[in-house]
Amino acid sequence: MSTKTVEVNVGDVGARGADASHQVDGEKMALNVGPSHPTTHGVLRLMMDLDGDVITRCEPVLGYLHRGDEKIAENMTYNQFVPYTDRLDYLAPLANNVAYAIAVEKLTGIELPERCQAIRVLVSEMARISSHLLGMGVFGMDAGAWTPFMYTFTEREKLYTLFEELTGARFTTSYTRIGGVARDIPEGWLGRVTHFCENLPKAIDEVEKLLTRNRIFLDRTEGIGQVSKEDAIAYGFTGPNLRASGVDLDLRKDKPYSGYEKYDFDVPIGTRGDCYDRYLIRIEEVRQSLRIIKQVIDDFPSGLWYSEDAKKIFAPPKDKILTSMEELIQNFMIVTEGPQIPAGEVYFEAENPKGALGFYIVSKGGGVPYRLKIRAPSFCNLSILEHMVPGHMLSDITVILGSLDFVMGECDR
Amino acid sequence: MIDQDFTESLLSRFKSVTKRHHEDCLTLECDSSEVAELLFHLRDEETFDLMVDLTAIDHGELAEIRFSVVSHLYSRIHRDYLRIHSICGDNESPSFPSVSSIFPAANWHEREAYDMFGIHFTDHPNLKRILMWDGYPYYPLRKDFPLAGIETPLPADDVAEVTQASVDPAPMMGGPFVSTTDGNMSDSEPRAKDESWTE
Repeated sequence: MSTKTVEVNVGDVGARGADASHQVDGEKMALNVGPSHPTTHGVLRLMMDLDGDVITRCEPVLGYLHRGDEKIAENMTYNQFVPYTDRLDYLAPLANNVAYAIAVEKLTGIELPERCQAIRVLVSEMARISSHLLGMGVFGMDAGAWTPFMYTFTEREKLYTLFEELTGARFTTSYTRIGGVARDIPEGWLGRVTHFCENLPKAIDEVEKLLTRNRIFLDRTEGIGQVSKEDAIAYGFTGPNLRASGVDLDLRKDKPYSGYEKYDFDVPIGTRGDCYDRYLIRIEEVRQSLRIIKQVIDDFPSGLWYSEDAKKIFAPPKDKILTSMEELIQNFMIVTEGPQIPAGEVYFEAENPKGALGFYIVSKGGGVPYRLKIRAPSFCNLSILEHMVPGHMLSDITVILGSLDFVMGECDR
Repeated sequence: MIDQDFTESLLSRFKSVTKRHHEDCLTLECDSSEVAELLFHLRDEETFDLMVDLTAIDHGELAEIRFSVVSHLYSRIHRDYLRIHSICGDNESPSFPSVSSIFPAANWHEREAYDMFGIHFTDHPNLKRILMWDGYPYYPLRKDFPLAGIETPLPADDVAEVTQASVDPAPMMGGPFVSTTDGNMSDSEPRAKDESWTE
């Protein structure tokens, strides 16, 4: 057996070898990431061109989780669609439930009692905490820090136990109804929420100790994935991502719904709009959510958890259905024909953990929406990738995707 | 907040713009040829610089005007939304001028409207399907498209050749508003009737 020796001039091209350098000189390599890949947090696929380690083109491909939610919505009654909203942003289903219910209520013109509004604010903020806890933990993991994830996931688990007690389900909560919520809060539940809220800051501090001044984490996130104020607005960013770029827009402050105007909280704003800012905003938002929750619980209103005006929409109490003729008929009509919603159109956006979740509903009267468009924040937040990613290194992709904190269930609908 | 003066100045400035009855936010109707101009004006002069949503509505096969495009803008100064309705001419092959050069955010929204309704956005930089796969033959959110779907070849030819599989319509029995009308009521119970669930 004879061996052949080739002399290789290492030089600039390093390990590629001199021969190879001729072949790849100026040539780009296509790289496909996903649709099933740990960094894509679901089923996002990225088609990229690389020049060495630098990304020159990035094209996101969506639709792997498309279930046709909007088509389904046109074929079922308003009440039946509530469980489908769980499956949009499945990391904060309660917030989706609330957003959808308020959109339909706006179309109907139902006023809710204070207790119902307070419950909704409470669950929305708890959903925000749970979503941000996961977002921060996974972001740390994407940047190579495993431990924070363990802290945030432990806390999130406690939240899910509270959700289970309230709604009967950990993930797919389906808690709201048009004109109220499914059931009142259980006895002693507020005390357990307070207990959780008292202990959460400790865990957040631990995460901050591990990440916020961590040299490696800083090196990987500072100045990476920078989005200017102008770009953020032009590409329709919303939520924490928009605020990280220095735009002061929080719908809870600017267009308060469900009684948010009663609570005192600050809206954190970033200055540079890079991955590190987006992380800091989420940390601070968790602390602000805790402030809101404390205020809600301290002054928890008494009264009904559903609106009495919503007679033709909200199913009456079970004991009344079984004993009274009028309520029986009412329940029968709601089940067979759906709630009677007046004709018209409405657009409502709620400040969800991922951004502004909007529902555009066109009604022609009756129990079924004529058209229901879901404006998904993750969908809009991802559309900037094509513009933002080129020029970054391949290793930055994980950090950028982690910092945008998107959910494909919502993006693909 | 948006006041009367704001609306009137818009109406006098743009000939084709009319106001429509609205419950939640100012709703304008605008001719598709003037939409770009209106959006430029709203973005640069009236601080409506955030395009939050752009979508389409199918008014049904028999409607005189079948498709319309609806966009929602938000102004951080007025703290309010603004809705613009525009009609898509030509029911057979609807088209609409793309506004993605004014609002980059519209790029994906327009791709989605094209994907779901088949509205052709002229001058769009990259008009192709976004949620369904390339080469999918239908427009699913049109009213004449059935909820269950239509049998379609698989997106991957090589897989289809080996497996002889296709994309099948979903079983509808037992879903909302779906039951058989003939026979007695117990026969039309979803689980008793639909054999496809249990192979």
